[in-house]
Amino acid sequence: MSFDVAAVRRQFPILSQIIGGKPVHYLDNGASAQTPDVVLDAVRVYETTERANVLRGVHRLAERATEAYENARVEVATFLGVDPLEVVFTGGCTAAINLVAYSYGSLLKPGDRILLSELEHHSNIVPWQLLRSRSGIELDMVPVTVEGRIDLEAMAKLLTPRTRLVSLAHISNVTGALVDVRHVVELAKAVGAKVMLDGAQRAPHGPLDLPALGIDFYAFAGHKAYGPNGVGVLWARPDLLEAMPPFHGGGSMIGRVTFAETTFAPPPRRFEAGTPPIGPAIGLGAACKWMRGLDWADAHAHEMALVQRLMDGLQRIDGTQIFGPASLQNRYPVVSFLLDGVHPHDVAQTLDSFGVSVRAGHHCAQPLMDRFDLDGTTRVSMAPYNDNTDIDALLTGVQHAARTLR
Amino acid sequence: MNDQLYQDRIVALAKAKTGAGKLAAPTRSARKDNPLCGDRVSIDVRLDGAGRIAEIAQQVRGCLLCQASASALASVAVGRDKSGIELLRHDAEKAIGREPGEPADPFAAFAPVRAHKSRHECVLLPFEALEAALS
Repeated sequence: MSFDVAAVRRQFPILSQIIGGKPVHYLDNGASAQTPDVVLDAVRVYETTERANVLRGVHRLAERATEAYENARVEVATFLGVDPLEVVFTGGCTAAINLVAYSYGSLLKPGDRILLSELEHHSNIVPWQLLRSRSGIELDMVPVTVEGRIDLEAMAKLLTPRTRLVSLAHISNVTGALVDVRHVVELAKAVGAKVMLDGAQRAPHGPLDLPALGIDFYAFAGHKAYGPNGVGVLWARPDLLEAMPPFHGGGSMIGRVTFAETTFAPPPRRFEAGTPPIGPAIGLGAACKWMRGLDWADAHAHEMALVQRLMDGLQRIDGTQIFGPASLQNRYPVVSFLLDGVHPHDVAQTLDSFGVSVRAGHHCAQPLMDRFDLDGTTRVSMAPYNDNTDIDALLTGVQHAARTLR
Repeated sequence: MNDQLYQDRIVALAKAKTGAGKLAAPTRSARKDNPLCGDRVSIDVRLDGAGRIAEIAQQVRGCLLCQASASALASVAVGRDKSGIELLRHDAEKAIGREPGEPADPFAAFAPVRAHKSRHECVLLPFEALEAALS
């Protein structure tokens, strides 16, 4: 393996900070990743040399801003392996899922069914519950296995000819489990259902080839993929985007407006009403380009070596239990664990005093917590810039919590 | 170190588990959740004829701070009515720096939580549950 983690770390200024006398051991990437210099630079260039609104102005700054914004769309599209006109900038991953729930959802009929899973983030549950309240659709839920994976055998039994959409996390934000997309698509297509993936936890781990996955919708967040806050992406198959009505109304998304009638712009502008998050989108474009510059075979091997080091270390601490797949196969570097007798928040608070940032609690996945009767877990989520010192600091902190809090 | 937050007095309150459990025949019960972190406190009380707490039981599914606060509250709640519990809450609010003044025991033990704003609700959730039970 030739992955040069030190060279990657140098690109992230926040990682060289000392806070309270401790180095930053940032292991909360599943909540928000850090941002490299190239992203900060891209946003700064826009804000200091190109700042203007997009699409409307004829002046030079407006033209520069529009070009930078559309170039960012091209970068995102290249990262996803799709056409730029299929890429919609949204306010985030949640906003992208809500867009589908409102727009595509408005095409569904009472009695149509949407299939979700027990491990979904609330962002991939609540928008569909709201749709159910509005339109009389039905929701079905695929259970998870004891390992925390979506149970595909159960899924096969829950699909019906009325199932219109299967919407699942590409990677669980709690267990790191990768869903078997090929199998899901095969099952869904057999009943004519569309497939949407919530890619919030997958996009930060390298370029994708969405057409090859055979799916219909994909959503991810900028801030989890080394980009700025306030921007996300929806990708959808062009025929679906073309058929979908607008979600928000306003400027930029129109063809022609009169008080009698309004016609709408073609996608993706139809779904980008008002001034979009221009600077954040430009930053996300830079982040996607940055990700394409990494060797992800090496980066993933590095990430999974960290997972192995973490799992081995946790198993040496009395009373710890990994929640999720024990194997490194078909999983990404998100690891949840329990420490007997110590609440996850107290574990996380202890780790903070060692300079280690992790997330604890229900991870916006309360149905999954209920399924396993858990108060929550402590979650370690890694990125290519993490190294052995991060894992070792965490393990020292967990040992301290085990010694002092039970 | 986390010992600055998890000082011996707080850990001792949590481990004491005063009032932990349920009452066989409560007069009132309430449950409160913190939707952000998932902590949950359930309170049972038996009231006397004057509306004072004659018996209290608490169950916490939550962090050590929440357990310690519920335990502390249960240790001093008996004999108090709703206004008496409000006075105790002022002590807790003083301890975590939300109100000026010196807190009395047992809530003075929570002074280390003052610097951790994200944990203030952990201390206050048992009060929310007890106040709901009494209202």
